[in-house]
Amino acid sequence: MSNAAANLVALNTLVRREIARIMRIWTQTLIPPAITMTLYFVIFGKLIGSRIGNIAGGFTYMQYIVPGLVMMSIITNSYGNISSSFFGAKFSRAVEEMLVSPMPNWVILLGYVAGAVARGLVVGILVLLIALFFTSLHVMHPLITFASVLLGATIFSLAGFVNAVYAKKFDDIALVPTFILTPLTYLGGVFYSVNMLGEPWQAISRANPILYMVNAFRFGVLGISDVNVGVAFVVMIGFVVALSIVALQLLKRGVGLRS
Amino acid sequence: MSPQSLDTAPALVVDNLRKTYGNGVEALKGISLTVQPGDFFALLGPNGAGKSTLIGILSSLVNSTSGDARVFGVSVNKDRSAAMRLIGLVPQEINFNQFEKPFDICVNEAGFYGIPRKIAIERAEKYLKELRLWDKAQMQARTLSGGMKRRLMIARAMMNEPKLLILDEPTAGVDIEIRRSMWQFVSAINAAGTTVILTTHYLEEAESLCRNIAIIDHGTIIENTSMKRLLATLDVETFMLDVASMPTELPTLPNVGLRRRDDHTLEAEMARSHDLNSLFAALSAHGITVTSMRNKTNRLEELFVRLVEGGRNGSPQEQAA
Repeated sequence: MSNAAANLVALNTLVRREIARIMRIWTQTLIPPAITMTLYFVIFGKLIGSRIGNIAGGFTYMQYIVPGLVMMSIITNSYGNISSSFFGAKFSRAVEEMLVSPMPNWVILLGYVAGAVARGLVVGILVLLIALFFTSLHVMHPLITFASVLLGATIFSLAGFVNAVYAKKFDDIALVPTFILTPLTYLGGVFYSVNMLGEPWQAISRANPILYMVNAFRFGVLGISDVNVGVAFVVMIGFVVALSIVALQLLKRGVGLRS
Repeated sequence: MSPQSLDTAPALVVDNLRKTYGNGVEALKGISLTVQPGDFFALLGPNGAGKSTLIGILSSLVNSTSGDARVFGVSVNKDRSAAMRLIGLVPQEINFNQFEKPFDICVNEAGFYGIPRKIAIERAEKYLKELRLWDKAQMQARTLSGGMKRRLMIARAMMNEPKLLILDEPTAGVDIEIRRSMWQFVSAINAAGTTVILTTHYLEEAESLCRNIAIIDHGTIIENTSMKRLLATLDVETFMLDVASMPTELPTLPNVGLRRRDDHTLEAEMARSHDLNSLFAALSAHGITVTSMRNKTNRLEELFVRLVEGGRNGSPQEQAA
């Protein structure tokens, strides 16, 4: 069997195992984000949103926040999946199964990222389906919608992987989502247009990478965006490339994995 | 690496391997050894001697500071993936996901080695059955007993049908019955051509199973020879003698050190050249009747202690000779 075929089998095994893990603990991986987002839709979209009226481009507040909330659930679940799964493997030493195998580092990284992206997509679809109970949506640019989801999920999968590599205890994988990811998400234009902010907050907001993901996705679904969509994709691709290089370097050096 | 060189190269060549950890601890101080194909090789040493570091380097979990190891001619440093395809590792500590099923653990392991799923499923069934785990194949691994978990790690290590199987203290904390069944399995694999490297603290296991041996201490090899030759260097043997009645005062016998262990047991230490008939005759002359006898400890254990203690005093080879 050629190396390429063997690597493909290994990748398929890893992705299959990650998806089996997601399904095995579906009450932890799929249900909580669906419940949380339903509450967002009810409270912010329905109860408060009905008093706000149209917010931008003639869309209701509910329609405006749906893309942001879908993207928020995708990135938080991609991040949470890979950081807990890979750190769990490190903690239980099950990661050694992969480290002593012939699998190259890129297969390990791609397998975990694919698993995390898969969870992000499943949760995203669930949240989108729930959103349809509250409002109607018509996807304006399907390709941009899909590409922004894929890139957003990949960026946060890679970031979660880096976090898990460095983490020494479970607290370490909770710190980043609590103190960095959640604030950036809330300030990334999920619930409001950054054009509503005055300076310097508008300029500061544009340094937030989540702003570009949310707006690229919002452009795909609604056709409106606070940022240039081309710039958003350049930023996202840049993050994917940079984080991939960092993650592969960490695996090559064996940081936190090999002595 | 061509198939021909895989067949002719030594199973393992460790060449001047050094490892210094980040905290300055020098775990391996330039060790070299060779293991021939088909061997059942014992790698012994006290805790902290460097055994696990060596196994870690062979399995690519530890990066060496310098030197190299070649598995059937394939360099672990230069062609890690190809070298890993030849190795099966049974680590010292449980290292599988305890929430997965034994069947899935084995099938996934094969997948990591690039083995197609259909073959992986067949092998998982084969090895789980051979290691008497088939009835537990669909249970969560965390529900298995300690002995079952150890056997599961052997089954997992066999999934890529390795040419070199490394067992790092596989029987630690396992009861005697399971230990014996594990050794039957590993002996059969060795007889079928797989090279086996074993580390264990149960020295009677190493003595009965292994043909060649290396003893490592403080990061250096202090002995590397055949088991037969090593055991032949043992010049003193100790017997436990059960006696019908214990004399009030022990006799002094030439060339035999006699000690009282309890009311019915004597310990006799004597040169291997000294014949047992003269011991029995001397004891009988002093009115001591021996009802049964046995070796106090296995021979390898005595040699091991002597070599390691000798190494710490500076001249291990001299004391082993």
